[in-house]
Amino acid sequence: MKDVLPAIEQWRARGERVAIATVVKTLGSAPRGVGAKMAVSSSGAMAGSVSGGCIEGAVFDACQEAIRTGKAQLLHFGVADDDAWDVGLACGGVIDVFVEPLDW
Amino acid sequence: MTILYNTLKSCLAAEQPAAMATIVDGAGQIGAKLLARPGEASLGTLGDPALNEAVERDALAMLLRAESGIRTYTVADGEVQVFIETYPPPPTMFIVGAVHIAIPLVTFAKTLGFRTVVIDARSAFATPERFAHADELIHAWPDEVLPGRLTSNSFVVLLTHDPKLDDPALKVALPSPARYVGALGSPRTHAKRLERLRADGVPEEQLARLHAPIGLKIGSDSPEEIAVSIIAEVVAARHGLTGK
Repeated sequence: MKDVLPAIEQWRARGERVAIATVVKTLGSAPRGVGAKMAVSSSGAMAGSVSGGCIEGAVFDACQEAIRTGKAQLLHFGVADDDAWDVGLACGGVIDVFVEPLDW
Repeated sequence: MTILYNTLKSCLAAEQPAAMATIVDGAGQIGAKLLARPGEASLGTLGDPALNEAVERDALAMLLRAESGIRTYTVADGEVQVFIETYPPPPTMFIVGAVHIAIPLVTFAKTLGFRTVVIDARSAFATPERFAHADELIHAWPDEVLPGRLTSNSFVVLLTHDPKLDDPALKVALPSPARYVGALGSPRTHAKRLERLRADGVPEEQLARLHAPIGLKIGSDSPEEIAVSIIAEVVAARHGLTGK
């Protein structure tokens, strides 16, 4: 959380809305551990990471959606997952990412 | 509106412990949150008083173990998956003696997430040039600095092997709640140290928890290697092990 806080503070000061994605579970070899975070602003700025770049694209889209709809959701990425292959999750791990609007 | 966020932000800034619980899946309101803090009332709700209570209890226990993860709870409508993320304050390493070993030791400790405080009354040793990477550099006697600063999240490393500096520091550190107290010195230096401390009435159970000679036996020779052996012993202590 500490790594993405400065960016979130800046965005909020500019009046932007924010979504946060958090790694909540990993299985096998995952590039970042539980608690790793990525934050996205309504204008499309981004801070932090939830993997080694494998799933950030899909997670970015989910963050934008969370800002739009105000809804949180749990995303599941794995080797067998089409999305994961599309964005190149070649590490052989499984990553669950929780995406939520910052409205708490 | 953003009370939980602002409270968590303050806790992080003040290095106070906190744990955030979020319903991420199952038969609950996805995204509902509860912020738990030791000794304070929790903030927010997971939508069910019994669930709040159970999660708060687990969150505070996980905080002590610096552990985060998903826990499953049974509620009226089925099961909920709650992600509990803990924010333990960083451990602090107090290094007494701004000697050569302290320079790499500060580097290693910082890499492992410790705050570092270097204490030495001798200003020739404790220079900002040598310790630009330390969080705090204090020119004072250890027994002036340490009282009141040591908690169960503190690790004390004594590197002077000079009784003038070591002994007063030990008399503060050993009875304190510090998680680890270690002192540099050969077996002979340590035997003499024990004699002096016993003569001064330091109780046996306090002497028994002193790690001395400090560090794991890995054949260390250079100051850098000795720093590795010390940091390895500190990591072991952090995980409740001796490394032996």
